[in-house]
Amino acid sequence: MEAYLREREHKELLRFITCGSVDDGKSTLIGRLLYESGKLFDDQLEALESDSRRIGTQGGELDFALLLDGLSAEREQGITIDVAYRYFSTERRNFIVADTPGHEQYTRNMVTGASTADCALVLVDARKGVVTQTRRHTFIVSALGIRHAAFVVTKLDLVDYEETPFREIERRCREIAAGLGLDVTCIPVSGLRGDNVVERSASMPWYDGPSLMEYLESVEVDGTRMQRKPFRLPVQWVNRPDLDFRGFAGTIASGTVRAGDRVGIYPGGIESSVSRIVTYDGDLDTAVAGQAVTLVLSDEIDVSRGDVIAETGAPPEVADSFEATIVWMDEKPMLRGRTYLMRAGTRTVGATIAPLKYKLNLESLEHVAATHLDLNEIGVCAIELSEPIAFDPYTENRDTGGFILVDRITNQTVGAGLLRFALRRSQNVHWQALDVDKSARAASKQQRPCVLWFTGLSGAGKSTIANLVERRLHTLGCHTYLLDGDNVRHGLNKDLGFTDEDRVENIRRVAEVAKLMVDAGLIVIVAFISPFASERRMARALLAEGEFIEVHVDTPLALAEERDPKGLYRKARAGELKNFTGIDSPYEAPEHPEIRLETAALTAEQSAQAVVEFLESRGMLP
Amino acid sequence: MRALSYLDRLEAEAIDVMREVVAQAERPVLLYSIGKDSSVLLHLARKAFFPGKLPFPLLHVDTTWKFRDMYAFRDEIAGSDDLELLVYINQEGVMQGIGPFSHGSAVHTDVMKTEALKQALDRYGFDAAIGGARRDEERSRAKERIFSFRSKGHRWDPKNQRPELWRLYNARKQQGESMRVFPLSNWTELDVWHYVHREAIPIVPLYFAQERPVVEREGQLILVDDERMPLAPGEQPVMARVRFRTLGCYPLSGAVESDAQTVPEIIREMLTSSVSERQGRVIDRDSEGSMEKKKREGYF
Repeated sequence: MEAYLREREHKELLRFITCGSVDDGKSTLIGRLLYESGKLFDDQLEALESDSRRIGTQGGELDFALLLDGLSAEREQGITIDVAYRYFSTERRNFIVADTPGHEQYTRNMVTGASTADCALVLVDARKGVVTQTRRHTFIVSALGIRHAAFVVTKLDLVDYEETPFREIERRCREIAAGLGLDVTCIPVSGLRGDNVVERSASMPWYDGPSLMEYLESVEVDGTRMQRKPFRLPVQWVNRPDLDFRGFAGTIASGTVRAGDRVGIYPGGIESSVSRIVTYDGDLDTAVAGQAVTLVLSDEIDVSRGDVIAETGAPPEVADSFEATIVWMDEKPMLRGRTYLMRAGTRTVGATIAPLKYKLNLESLEHVAATHLDLNEIGVCAIELSEPIAFDPYTENRDTGGFILVDRITNQTVGAGLLRFALRRSQNVHWQALDVDKSARAASKQQRPCVLWFTGLSGAGKSTIANLVERRLHTLGCHTYLLDGDNVRHGLNKDLGFTDEDRVENIRRVAEVAKLMVDAGLIVIVAFISPFASERRMARALLAEGEFIEVHVDTPLALAEERDPKGLYRKARAGELKNFTGIDSPYEAPEHPEIRLETAALTAEQSAQAVVEFLESRGMLP
Repeated sequence: MRALSYLDRLEAEAIDVMREVVAQAERPVLLYSIGKDSSVLLHLARKAFFPGKLPFPLLHVDTTWKFRDMYAFRDEIAGSDDLELLVYINQEGVMQGIGPFSHGSAVHTDVMKTEALKQALDRYGFDAAIGGARRDEERSRAKERIFSFRSKGHRWDPKNQRPELWRLYNARKQQGESMRVFPLSNWTELDVWHYVHREAIPIVPLYFAQERPVVEREGQLILVDDERMPLAPGEQPVMARVRFRTLGCYPLSGAVESDAQTVPEIIREMLTSSVSERQGRVIDRDSEGSMEKKKREGYF
């Protein structure tokens, strides 16, 4: 028994995914693998037999798909919605399989499964041949850094085990994979009948390659690949149980570290050396990629979560502007100019999407011009961060080159990305420190600079009230400037239209201009529809605490439409004006504005008075 | 250069996950059920935060129907000086006299376990609860994320789970929302036993075979653990050499006949066993998709 356990402990581990189009027989094939590898217990088999009789799709015979489709909705609809992880082992290896869904709307789940896999099985239905999903999934597999792929052609029993359709599919699969740098194998199987799953099939004498199980047991697993790369440890948590101990806990992403090694803390670049490698089981002399350890450094230097401890001889790159490949995973599109939270390694920073270079047409793998990414689309774009991070290109290191994007309002994971390279401009454009600063400029005007950000529907009365506010402030001796939506669109933003991405860019530019004006010491009044909560939050984040005052000009749609001072609602209702806020483009009302003006009950003068009184109460005025 | 062993990889992943919880959550807790998976979790937590004490408390949601051996084991753990153990009992349930014999397994589990857990999480304001569930235990668990999001009211929406890529766990949430976190997601039952053996982790003696008084009910061997166990007229406990593959409330945990007295012997039995570990659990068999349903409602 001890010998068995020692052997088991050192068995190789292969993590693989199964993907391909819906109805290609993925779940059936995995179910068959589990069954044939003896992983099913009697009670599970009994449950499977009864389920197969009741809701099976195989006329009462064992329906292996029912083993994997674990959610009620999946079993009822006979489809796979989410990634299912399964575990089995043979004499030679332990396996973790991520069974991923084939429906296009669940591509994000397939990407999730692929992110941790060493190998991919792309299933192709022998009757249908190569379809869009085959290309899409093969591309994702290669983009996520998986190097070994098997095209498993299923349901050979339904084409009478004939060679010709298989060879044709094999030819096309190899064509797809050729440009992607994948090591490829093609295997004809029947998951239902078990042909070429574990044993080579007598029904296909023309096939002389490995069975699926033979492939899985022999495909290259390079368990030391990450150990041979430069040392990286993203700091997860600072362990400080008492005044005498300060350790930096984290999982080694790559390389090897020894006590005494010289290391740098990035992005800062301060150097120190490793004095101890601490674990519960005693200090180590050496630790390698994959181990979760705690490092103690020889100097008292500032290290916190998000920093990367790395070897000084081969340091990570440091930058705040990148080109990245992004897979979009949210129903709401990724918009140029919008700012998301980015998690890279253990660091979280703000990331703004710069113009897209292109998106991929997944049918042809051609580059297509794009202004946004929809759910499940893949594109390449520049991103700009709120502060520099240490990174490696994703192709070098999944852990220091992969990132996720998180929506700042919903907290959902909305995108996954792969860092390609740093953009030069971030290294060459430096912030110029100036001697006269914001407080000096504000002091000479005897006021506290701020932004009054008026948001509301078209026709709500923003410009009218803003104009009144500015007149009153001017009378009080304030230095002001009013940025009006319509006026700015005649100049600075005249290249922008009214699509969602142009609206985001419109607000981004105005927010940046407002920030410069606040820096100049002015009280800035912004009157823009600014329909999206996300961009208003971005504008708020650009300014210091208390400088951003959100004013919601709260007018019911019906009232604004009745006023219709510029005749725009009429045009929008007539279909002559597209993307009109409130009609066919959404308005996300602020949840907690500093000031809410209900214009149904207040005159424009009363509204303006309320704003001025708010500024007085905050001590903003001279 | 040598690849990390399979168990070392699982261990490192679990440690990584626990540290991530502490880094991202405001008030984490480790759900401690006294079973072998909890013993493994506790051991891993000690490794993750060494040389410090555990940066979160342990919480035992006590249904009041656990085995006596489990209570003894728990109380010993509670005496360790590197941790704090909280015990929570749904007192409303106790006052209503809820129990598995009087109310059946479904009501008992719902009130004393699921409801009690939600009450405890709310009472203490825990925003991340670490549990020992594994994906290989049950079909709907196989679909669950390592960091599993719960909306207000502790509900799980299996169709709308956050994508979880690489080792990038997103635990961001609004006030009132929470995470359930499963560091042992990728472990199998065999891995747990293998690790218990390798690390010599203490576990409740009920896992080892011993002569115990049992009665047979609906195909399950139920231990007569205390005087609350009602015996049918003529029903006589018999002594049998049994052990338990999973532990829960004693009236709901079926024993298996066994001679295994050491962990390697347990592993040997497992390798030749033809039934899965959940087979001894009465609550899983109540209805089709019963685990998924319970999980949606907030069960662990």
